Amino acid sequence: MPDSISWRLATVAALRDETPTVRTFTLRIPGWPGHRPGQHVDIRLTAEDGYSVERSYSIGSEPERAGEIDLTVERIAEGEVSSFLHDVVVAGDRIEVRGPIGGYFAWDAGLGGSLFLVAGGSGVVPLMAMLRHRARVPSPPSASLIFSSRQYEDIIYRDELELLAARDDRLRIAHTLTRSQPSGWTGYTRRIDQAMLGEAVAPLGNGVRAFICGPTALVETAANALLRLGLPADRIRTERFGPTGT
Amino acid sequence: MNANGVVNQGDDAMADRVGSGPAEDHVLDGNALAGRLAAVFGADVTATPGQCAHCGTVTVVGELRAYVRAPGAVLRCPACGGVVLRIVETPEATIVDARGAAQLRFERR
Repeated sequence: MPDSISWRLATVAALRDETPTVRTFTLRIPGWPGHRPGQHVDIRLTAEDGYSVERSYSIGSEPERAGEIDLTVERIAEGEVSSFLHDVVVAGDRIEVRGPIGGYFAWDAGLGGSLFLVAGGSGVVPLMAMLRHRARVPSPPSASLIFSSRQYEDIIYRDELELLAARDDRLRIAHTLTRSQPSGWTGYTRRIDQAMLGEAVAPLGNGVRAFICGPTALVETAANALLRLGLPADRIRTERFGPTGT
Repeated sequence: MNANGVVNQGDDAMADRVGSGPAEDHVLDGNALAGRLAAVFGADVTATPGQCAHCGTVTVVGELRAYVRAPGAVLRCPACGGVVLRIVETPEATIVDARGAAQLRFERR
């Protein structure tokens, strides 16, 4: 059986709060074969009575970090796995992990072309792996991220995204806050739509590869808008996140 | 064509689906089942094209709609909604019902 399909035991090496409801878990995994940005892992929790439950979580870290990965997990009120991860897990705990998984929603700099990323909420996680990887390669392609969050406090990776954009002329990041905005907010204030996507994708020219990750409604809206803007269907990859991914 | 290589009934039909409320938000896609499917097929199948036995549409497995809030998981065709694959895990076995898949195409590498 290939390495990526067998379960292995990971150790929780560190925890970091990203927002009031989102936490990053660094997992150290002996024999980790490495991943492509955009891929995910399955997590399996097993109770003493044998009851076990699996969930998928995207990898947020870049493959250049050997032997460990970051999972960024949103706490879902009724999610038995996300609640466990947030409320129970501490550094030093061990968790079963299977992966990396998924070759469809994956990107690395070797693919060529510019990169257009559209994220809603925790859908930013696999896209962050792409941006972090992109920041580690020589002469990276142009890239643009449109990121929809409910409010300012909910913007996952906010400081790091700001830093990445500030030191990179070829990376543009636009935020939209759909529920409430702080005073002086200069970003968008509406749900992602075709006009917003058009403004961001135009400067990237031809040869764009688009990756869209978020709740189903956002993914469908963005994917169909990009088609109307002229992107070929085979250059648009989507991944739907939902409360079931808890 | 939409992003899944599927011919839509038109923008209005899509708008209906997009606006259909919280139930739609529970729909994931084949990427969410990639681990379970890889354990069955022995390789990643998210980029594997599959043909719906109901309507003939070809969609990569990662783009099938996944319904996972049930005992087992159901993957449906994004074009017609027909069930393409069902996966049920019991303590003894993983059961794959593939009668909705006319074919899956595995490229020789």
